[in-house]
Amino acid sequence: MSFAWAKQYEPQTAFTKWIDEKLPLPRLVYNAVGAGYPVPRNLNYMWNFGVLAGFFLVVQIVTGVVLAMHYAANAQVAFGTVEHIMRNVNYGWMLRYAHANGASFFFIVIYLHIFRGLFYSSYKAPREMIWLLGVVIFLLMMATAFMGYVLPWGQMSFWGAQVITGLFSALPLIGEPLQVWLLGGFAPDNAALNRFFSLHFLLPFVIAGVVILHIWALHIPGSSNPTGVEVKQESDTVPFHPYYTSKDGFGLGVVLILFTTIVFFLPNVLGHPDNYIEANPLSTPAHIVPEWYFLPFYAILRAFTGDLALFGITFVPAKLLGVIAMFASILVWFILPWLDKSPVRSGHYRPLFRKFFWFGLIPTMIVLTICGGAPAEEPYVILSQVATAYYFMHFLVILPIISQIEVPKPLPFSITEAVIGSDKPGTTSGGGKVDPEGVVQDLPGSSPDGSLQPAE
Amino acid sequence: MTIRLGGIIVGLAITAILVLWSLVPGFINFAFGPPAEKQASYAFYEHGDGPEGGFTFDGALGTWDVAQLQRGYQVYKEVCSACHSLKFVAFRNLQQLGYTEAEVDAEAASWTVPGIDPNTGETTTRPGEPTDYFPMPFANNIAAAAANNNAIPPDLSLMTKARGDGSNYVYDLLTGYGEADPELAAKVGFETPPGLYFNKHFPNVNIAMAPPLVIDGQVSYADGTEATIPQMSKDVAAFLTWTAEPSLVQRKQTGWFVIGFLIFATALAFLSYKQIWAGMKPKKK
Repeated sequence: MSFAWAKQYEPQTAFTKWIDEKLPLPRLVYNAVGAGYPVPRNLNYMWNFGVLAGFFLVVQIVTGVVLAMHYAANAQVAFGTVEHIMRNVNYGWMLRYAHANGASFFFIVIYLHIFRGLFYSSYKAPREMIWLLGVVIFLLMMATAFMGYVLPWGQMSFWGAQVITGLFSALPLIGEPLQVWLLGGFAPDNAALNRFFSLHFLLPFVIAGVVILHIWALHIPGSSNPTGVEVKQESDTVPFHPYYTSKDGFGLGVVLILFTTIVFFLPNVLGHPDNYIEANPLSTPAHIVPEWYFLPFYAILRAFTGDLALFGITFVPAKLLGVIAMFASILVWFILPWLDKSPVRSGHYRPLFRKFFWFGLIPTMIVLTICGGAPAEEPYVILSQVATAYYFMHFLVILPIISQIEVPKPLPFSITEAVIGSDKPGTTSGGGKVDPEGVVQDLPGSSPDGSLQPAE
Repeated sequence: MTIRLGGIIVGLAITAILVLWSLVPGFINFAFGPPAEKQASYAFYEHGDGPEGGFTFDGALGTWDVAQLQRGYQVYKEVCSACHSLKFVAFRNLQQLGYTEAEVDAEAASWTVPGIDPNTGETTTRPGEPTDYFPMPFANNIAAAAANNNAIPPDLSLMTKARGDGSNYVYDLLTGYGEADPELAAKVGFETPPGLYFNKHFPNVNIAMAPPLVIDGQVSYADGTEATIPQMSKDVAAFLTWTAEPSLVQRKQTGWFVIGFLIFATALAFLSYKQIWAGMKPKKK
């Protein structure tokens, strides 16, 4: 499960020896995030976001469990209990603002984590399973965040629940009954609020479980790195602790400063004022807008304005097209490892891919985010349609084609060479000695893909 | 290979459907169709800038002006409370406005709240106690609508958080009443329906609330501040900011401590990171 030169856990005291025999939990931690996990020495700051995502999951669970002690999932009183938390619970305002903005920060770090994976092709063999589990985590997060936003039972909570569950009503035949079944009624009410609360409490622990699988799958091939060249020898790696624990500690500090700035000085800037109005089924807000982290997908949903019809016969109504496209926009990530067949991982060595990434995908996501939050009027509708078309073209058409025709730049021989300019014994300082005998053997699951070798 | 070929086909199909059935018809309609209609109120609506000089609680170092909050409370009590509830605020909370415990007791007792007769069990009314919440001006929504030309006066506890830039919005709304420019109104075919009032800072410029602050000196302030309409509006906007978020100032002050600590801790983390990685960094090429 690890490289041959990975340090082994050696219990020092009688007590730790006893523990190691009975339940080797310290050994597990040591091998997972301690000195026993060798990590490429050249990771940049983009590799901080996995740990940060884990941190925000913990923040959400801790603040959420305490908030649940003071909240009541009942449509009559839910809005009032949230105000009770804000006014009467000791530091309740801090807990609630940390939880609400913690969700936003969880998505910020997850999006950076995903885009890191897209740029450095972290989804490629031998790491497909890590990527697939990551997409599962993302889908679970979206469900959890959506249900959490319903709980304060404000206007946006209510109408958001109405709109999102209404998506299922677009399905032919089973749509309407399915929506009624999901909500437990014809409109969001007590039944919906209760089940959303129950699931909102449950799903974070499911996410934590999948995160464990995600990290387990990560430890089989080890972390990827900015060159995309696999680890070959001991000098390519450093132990996770203390090298990356210290770097993650610094990264965590920086993100916490940003997070607390939002929590303490601009706690409502990412929310919507309408959610401070109690849910009212008889009054529809002028603009129903989801939370910012759903906006790109909301824009894709709304991009389909015309029914798929020929000769006056409607084959697929526009609403169903939008729903299919919205789900497809995330599901397409599940086949990404097999769409992009370029043997080179890192975007740094892929001139064509890099252009499409920075000038295609990133502007598209920004345009989709803006259009998702804008009212459904021109020019936003046309912009979102163009961006949606590019989004699908990028993953389904452009990536398969450029991975076929692109001429990648020469890769460095090893990570050590990429970092210090040469890879000769004795020139490295730290990261352990270079041992010619210690050259890594092929890992289980890593294909002996000759093209991953240096191109020259 | 099959997956990639299938992906290309599906990708092209999605794009074709989007372009042919949504994008092209939408574009033709946008380019050659009739222009989208705009409501006449667009010609009048103005974004206000809030009171001159802003509020004392604005900004990262903001604090409450306790005298202003007390004046705002007086405006609420003498004007707004006739129609608007304040259901999430209790009399005990008034202690935060600088009133002593005895003053809060007296203030609470000056309100009439619903109660139950201890002898007969019948519903009755009694003077308020500090633990009571502000009473509702109407028995229920139907009574509220019936008394107000079918518009239900909203609860004000959270008003400044329930509107964008809420503190300034409340001030602007209270000072935004007036007459629509008759020339412009004739041009766009605009008139204020009977029973509504023109207010240039209300999103659709016709508001059901009659102007609540109509003359200077409507409230006589105990501290001698001149009760002009802008002054009363500013005071009550400040008071409603406090009701919406009593922890606002405490929040900002806590924030400075937290961020100060975090900057210190992050600096230490950065130094230890540099210390650990010393000698591991690439040579400058």
